[in-house]
Amino acid sequence: MSETADRVKKIVVEHLGVEADKVTEDASFIDDLGADSLDIVELVMAFEEEFGVEIPDDAAEKITTVKDAITFIDENKG
Amino acid sequence: MRRVVVTGLGLVTPLGADVETAWANILAAKSGAETITRFDATDFHSNYACEVKPADHAYGFDPNKRVDHKVQRQVDPFIIYGIDAAGQALEDAGLLDMTEEQRYRAGCSIGSGIGGLPGIASESIVLHEKGPRRVSPHFVHGRLINLITGQVQIKYGLMGPNHAVVTACSTGAHSIGDAARMIAMDDADVMLAGGAEGTICPIGIAGFGQARALSTNFRDEPWRASRPWDQDRDGFVMGEGAGVVCLEEYEHAKARGAHIYCEVVGYGMSGDAYHVTAPHPEGSGAFRSMQMAVKRSGLDLAEIDYINAHGTSTPLGDELELNAVRRLFGNNIETMSMSSTKSAIGHLLGGAGAVESIFCILALRDQIVPPTLNLDNPSENCIGVDLVPHKAKERTVKAVLNNSFGFGGTNASLVMKAV
Repeated sequence: MSETADRVKKIVVEHLGVEADKVTEDASFIDDLGADSLDIVELVMAFEEEFGVEIPDDAAEKITTVKDAITFIDENKG
Repeated sequence: MRRVVVTGLGLVTPLGADVETAWANILAAKSGAETITRFDATDFHSNYACEVKPADHAYGFDPNKRVDHKVQRQVDPFIIYGIDAAGQALEDAGLLDMTEEQRYRAGCSIGSGIGGLPGIASESIVLHEKGPRRVSPHFVHGRLINLITGQVQIKYGLMGPNHAVVTACSTGAHSIGDAARMIAMDDADVMLAGGAEGTICPIGIAGFGQARALSTNFRDEPWRASRPWDQDRDGFVMGEGAGVVCLEEYEHAKARGAHIYCEVVGYGMSGDAYHVTAPHPEGSGAFRSMQMAVKRSGLDLAEIDYINAHGTSTPLGDELELNAVRRLFGNNIETMSMSSTKSAIGHLLGGAGAVESIFCILALRDQIVPPTLNLDNPSENCIGVDLVPHKAKERTVKAVLNNSFGFGGTNASLVMKAV
């Protein structure tokens, strides 16, 4: 597991209050992890802070799974 | 009118996060006042308060018992305290498993005096330092006063009246009185009613300090600071927490064999129309509020055995309330007891009227009245009145009155009696 993946999962566990083993790469934030649209806004903010990336609204809308987040961050972090 | 009884209680206080622990500590004359731990208050007007203690403390509060982790992250402390106290009251009433039909007739009236002050302050700093795109998406609904009611109704599936009172330090009493009327008027059969507060934060202490409302003279001995009616009193000590009662229509409670604590028989309200923070010099509002509550109850003045006073330990307010009680009750004052539990847990602002009503209800249950701590040298005006100094006192308690008065000149009184 990549370092990015570890840090993303930690943020998801903390923000959504879910068990760590449920945060698989295929897990959907809304369907599998119980997030609502505001939770996603908060998660995106947390990713931006943690990794120093900017995630524009149109990109954020496409991030629906844990893997989507990890991929976007790996491709865009400085 | 339909009769309204109390069938459940819930408390989160600086002396205990459940009813029996808090009550035992109140009767044991403990104080919840300590040097503030949440932040360094050294340079503030007052560096002490009655904080709700952390989970690892002997009588601390564990938010994980009834509040989801995600909700805890999103909302201010007053909402967390309120959800927990409401859950306790519903459990105590035995109403966790209501049918959908019953839940349409079950509502909430849980308010707060100030609401999410800590979160408003901290997110303002985020906005200032990091800009609008870093403000939490949960900022608004994590601070709003009616979001205790909102969260509780979602958690327990209650779909009746969704209401929240905001009347400063009268909130808790108004909440119970208003909710009782909703049941009496047939808008609901069950209501969770009360108040919560959680404003022990830098801007809260600074604000009340600047309003010259806080006690400041007891930095070395905070437990001596809240001393209603004592000659050395110099302001209130900030408290925090929540109190919620489960109100229920009498026949509804009887039909299901519920344990009934007492009946809510009187509710009075008035306005001072005088000053934003100072009480009316003749105690006019306090007098009329109590008078109205007793009249509504149908009881004689002589039948009120115990008053849980507003008694905040401020130089002006304590005397004026006592004068109003004396004026209303006349010679009956000689046989009643009156105390202020703010001497032990501080002033819970919007939570005060609900928490103190619960202490009144427990006094009815146990035939014992809680003490006024630190009443070493009562002011002259107190002669001939039993203010229950230092120690709890066993006595007959058949009917009780709770007073709550707030900034803006708002007054509320409740009368409750054994069924």
